[in-house]
Amino acid sequence: MAGDSATIETGPREDVHSPVALSVQGLQKIYSSDTGDVEAVRDLTFELRQGELVCLVGPSGCGKTTLLRCIAGLLDPTAGTVTLDGAVVTGPPKKMAVVFQEYGRSLFAWLTVRQNVELPLKNAGMPKAERQKAVSEALHAVGLEHAESSYPWQLSGGMQQRVAIARAVAYKPEVLLMDEPFAAVDAQTRADLEDLIRRVWKELGVTVLFITHDIDESVYLGERVLILSNSPTVIQEDLTIDLPADRDQLTTRSLPRFTELRTHVYAEIQKAKRGKGGDA
Amino acid sequence: MKVLKSIAYAVTLPALLILLWWVLTIDSTNFYVPKPGELATTFVDTWFGERFREDVMPSVARFAAGTLLAIVLGIAAGVCIGSVRWLRSLLEPMLEFFRAIPPPVLVPILMVLIGINDRMKIAVIVFGAIWPVLLNTIEGVRAVDPVLVDTARTYGLSRWQRLRTLVLPSAAPQIAAGVRQALSIGLILMVISEMFASSSGLGFTIVLFQRSFAVTEMWSGIVLLGLIGVAVSIVFQVCERKILHWYYGQKEVQHGR
Repeated sequence: MAGDSATIETGPREDVHSPVALSVQGLQKIYSSDTGDVEAVRDLTFELRQGELVCLVGPSGCGKTTLLRCIAGLLDPTAGTVTLDGAVVTGPPKKMAVVFQEYGRSLFAWLTVRQNVELPLKNAGMPKAERQKAVSEALHAVGLEHAESSYPWQLSGGMQQRVAIARAVAYKPEVLLMDEPFAAVDAQTRADLEDLIRRVWKELGVTVLFITHDIDESVYLGERVLILSNSPTVIQEDLTIDLPADRDQLTTRSLPRFTELRTHVYAEIQKAKRGKGGDA
Repeated sequence: MKVLKSIAYAVTLPALLILLWWVLTIDSTNFYVPKPGELATTFVDTWFGERFREDVMPSVARFAAGTLLAIVLGIAAGVCIGSVRWLRSLLEPMLEFFRAIPPPVLVPILMVLIGINDRMKIAVIVFGAIWPVLLNTIEGVRAVDPVLVDTARTYGLSRWQRLRTLVLPSAAPQIAAGVRQALSIGLILMVISEMFASSSGLGFTIVLFQRSFAVTEMWSGIVLLGLIGVAVSIVFQVCERKILHWYYGQKEVQHGR
């Protein structure tokens, strides 16, 4: 396997020949209700190669969360399949971790920071010594080693989301899904967390699918940006972000190329809104 | 310092009331209203002897057994009913029916069915005290945050792990509210279950004093019941603070912001 620990140091594999980690084929989701069916997602097909960081951006209400829940195995699609490492996803897969937007609600308020991070490992039956080490490393990676015996509600929003990220990192997933994780934190914290994600991704060589409604964020973070159309949702464009691998809040964001890409994505989103939502 | 202050607050009003009572009964010759000193002496004479072992202890033991059983059964059944939707739809109307039956009316029936013994008295307590625990547990289990449920699912937490680290702690504040009610209902039913066809216990003794016009003794029994209630409530609060420290901490933070 290309994903063994010896190659992690080499950073992300950007060559297009690395194996496919996550594949979404013809995904459709229709919610049935008494007042009629709602088609949230029409026909989505895309692939994530191992070690890629892909951002998914779309107009609000375009079914981003529905898509994420289908990929995470929390929701059964109406049609189409999600495949992780060649196996069709029918329930939450073992090799996947999810970071939700609602950090305050995804942490266990009755467990300390350390216990929160440790819980999935404990559940997986990891021996205690190994577990302690993995938790300490993850907390160190997100800069929270000093807060390990605090409770989540004693921390700020940004720190709480860090705990959720540490929990996902300690779990050592092959694919990390993030559902608008920074939508509810303030702008400064958000910039820090974006850099944290880039760093963690590089250090661990994990495949990341990052869902956001923030156009700048998608361009800054992603190696690729998938632009979704308005509901019922399809992939409108698959855009490669050819910015340098080492990104920095100041220099990267002031690059002319950054502005170009950002403008392009913005125009596409506007088109998406008009194209399908013009009659609304 | 803080402890002393709160003790001072707790003691002030009872002390004032006793003082008032003492002042008002200085010249009293009313047979039905004893003087404070008189009552205190009677209290000690009546309850700190053989009666403590033969009446008070068995009563308290039955109360403890009954409410504990009600709590355990209520939580166990509540978790099952709360987590299985069809079971809930099936049982909820019936639970409302059973809950509406005042437990004292069951005493004669249970007497016939179980016999006049401790088991009958415990059954009466369980039947009355289980409802608040059961219904609160059902509500608490249903109200588990869906984001937390998703989190637990994505990390593949086992059923046991989910029950222990998600469902029970999450429902704990509501379960505690149910337990609080169960304790006071349990205490009432402890007395009531002893008022019919009994030969020992606090309830029995108080009724006996009433019938034999031992007014001061009767009053002292009522005081004892009140004191037991206070003791139970203190024990409960200590446990609750310990188990739900995260809940109160979280609430404090939320209100502070």
